[in-house]
Amino acid sequence: MGGVQELFRRDRVFDFMVPKVVDGLDLSHGTVLYMEDVSVAFDGFKAIDNLNFYVNAGELRCLIGPNGAGKTTMMDIITGKTRPDTGTCWFGARMNLLQMDEPEIAQAGIGRKFQKPTVFEHHTVFENLELSMAGPKGVWRTWRARLSTVEHERIDEVLELIGLTEHAQRTAGALSHGQKQWLEIGMLLMQNPLLLLVDEPAAGMTHQEMDRTVELLTSLAGDHSVVVVEHDMDFVRALNSRVTVLHQGSVLAEGNMDQVQSDPKVVEVYLGE
Amino acid sequence: MFLVRILSGDTGGKVFLLVLLAVIVAVPVLNGLPADHPAYVSTYTVTLLGKYLTYALLAVAVDLVWGYLGILSLGHAAFFALGGYAMGMYLMRQIGERGVYGHPELPDFMVFLNWQELPWFWYGFDQFWFAALMVFLAPGMLAFVFGWLAFRSRVTGVYLSIITQALTYALMLAFFRNEMGFGGNNGLTDFKDILGFSLQDDATRIGLFVASGVALALGYLACRALVTSRLGRVAVAIRDTEDRTRFIGYKVEHVKLAIFTFSAMLAGLAGALYVPQVGIINPGEFAPLNSIEVVIWVAMGGRATLYGAVLGAIGVNYAKTWFTGAFPEFWLFALGGLFVLVTLLLPRGIAGLWRRREVE
Repeated sequence: MGGVQELFRRDRVFDFMVPKVVDGLDLSHGTVLYMEDVSVAFDGFKAIDNLNFYVNAGELRCLIGPNGAGKTTMMDIITGKTRPDTGTCWFGARMNLLQMDEPEIAQAGIGRKFQKPTVFEHHTVFENLELSMAGPKGVWRTWRARLSTVEHERIDEVLELIGLTEHAQRTAGALSHGQKQWLEIGMLLMQNPLLLLVDEPAAGMTHQEMDRTVELLTSLAGDHSVVVVEHDMDFVRALNSRVTVLHQGSVLAEGNMDQVQSDPKVVEVYLGE
Repeated sequence: MFLVRILSGDTGGKVFLLVLLAVIVAVPVLNGLPADHPAYVSTYTVTLLGKYLTYALLAVAVDLVWGYLGILSLGHAAFFALGGYAMGMYLMRQIGERGVYGHPELPDFMVFLNWQELPWFWYGFDQFWFAALMVFLAPGMLAFVFGWLAFRSRVTGVYLSIITQALTYALMLAFFRNEMGFGGNNGLTDFKDILGFSLQDDATRIGLFVASGVALALGYLACRALVTSRLGRVAVAIRDTEDRTRFIGYKVEHVKLAIFTFSAMLAGLAGALYVPQVGIINPGEFAPLNSIEVVIWVAMGGRATLYGAVLGAIGVNYAKTWFTGAFPEFWLFALGGLFVLVTLLLPRGIAGLWRRREVE
């Protein structure tokens, strides 16, 4: 009976009538990402265990932790690739990420750079950026899409920024490892996301390239929120941001680099670090 | 303007279209020569060429989904056969009272099975426009439903290939049954005329040949328009790294579904042009081997070029015709041998010989 009466209640909207994807991000509480009590297990192994994690709007945050701490799984949950067993995950105050699939989450404004640089190897650098560009991505609109002058300029701008202007017409597969890293960052910029999840951006980069990456990520913070996963402690130190340490799927410590490094729990996990 | 845009950078395609145009014009002219003239092309050859052209269109459809979208369909002959059946049903109903049993409405095989009235799904096929619509809709709808279920469940790679193979095999078994109402084992045959023109006439056969050529050219251009659009670039992106494409915000399932359905419709059109030229359609067209053969044509011609598919389809089928005439028992060995050689020595197919755009 309760079920039937539920249908006649006039003070609420049916669940299926509530739009899944809410237009516009609600940042009125100053928090761009809420993850609360999130747990996920793979074959009994708890990859994420009761994790609570918040990112403020415009913040630059580093995420460190030993291998298997759950950093990549956490990114998978945020981007919709993995569904948690329990817990909630909100983008802004009103977008429930657990009800959205990967493209919807990407279109809502969460961009992701993979650990291993993943670019479209058979497309040119220019085309890689073109495909990543923010905008309507339905089948019909994509089929009719023509590059406007403004969009062309935007691509040139990003090419300049990632230092690949003279490689614009080369196929991405022919780039060096570091250049692919940059291209992928460029693709993220084209998406113009509000929240960037960057998985090991400095891997395989020279020191100069690393410095430029630090500069770029720092400059992005403010307008965008950036979460960086990194193993290289020098790099993390250079970013000079708040650091969250993950261990066995939950947050072990949080604070600035010095605080975190002097934390006895962290020292124990990172023995000899 | 449009043609220039979609064909820019496609030298092979331009050459192919020019040759195709020349063939469409020249063959009917040469067929009109006296029979003892050295350049005379017999009507038998015209029909044979027409058949090759429909195979080429099928190969282009397969190349679109395999070469550009990364879906290795081992069931495309099913869409080809469905298009063929739609055309066959129209041709059956054109026979009218001229059938062996002389029934004004029921095709011979139904009279033979003692059926009293036309099954509902045969209604409308006496109208050409309806049959023409079904040539696209029947394979298109099957592809849509199949693709919707498969792509939504994220079935990819070998698993997807296996279920496409199962799809065509299941259809073959179904169409073999007399109760299905499509002529069972014997299929549909003994056609008389199409749109009022006798299928035995040379002029009709030339007309069908020209129609096949035009369909191939238009199909090629349509695929080319697709692959040169941003949607085509997204398709290649899906082929190369599906996950990345998803995280950029493209609904991978929708793109796959749209292109797969379009390709199935092209295959249906090819089947519809094939049937009046060979004069029969039976469940054998659904045989899994047929679909695999199409994939071999495309692999031999060169994937992701479109014109390579045409080259492979015509080349292999020409070889088949020649071989099955000269050394019938060796054809399958020759096909297997060619396939092994091409895969080993020319991984990008025959078209790869002069195509050096992509980086290793």
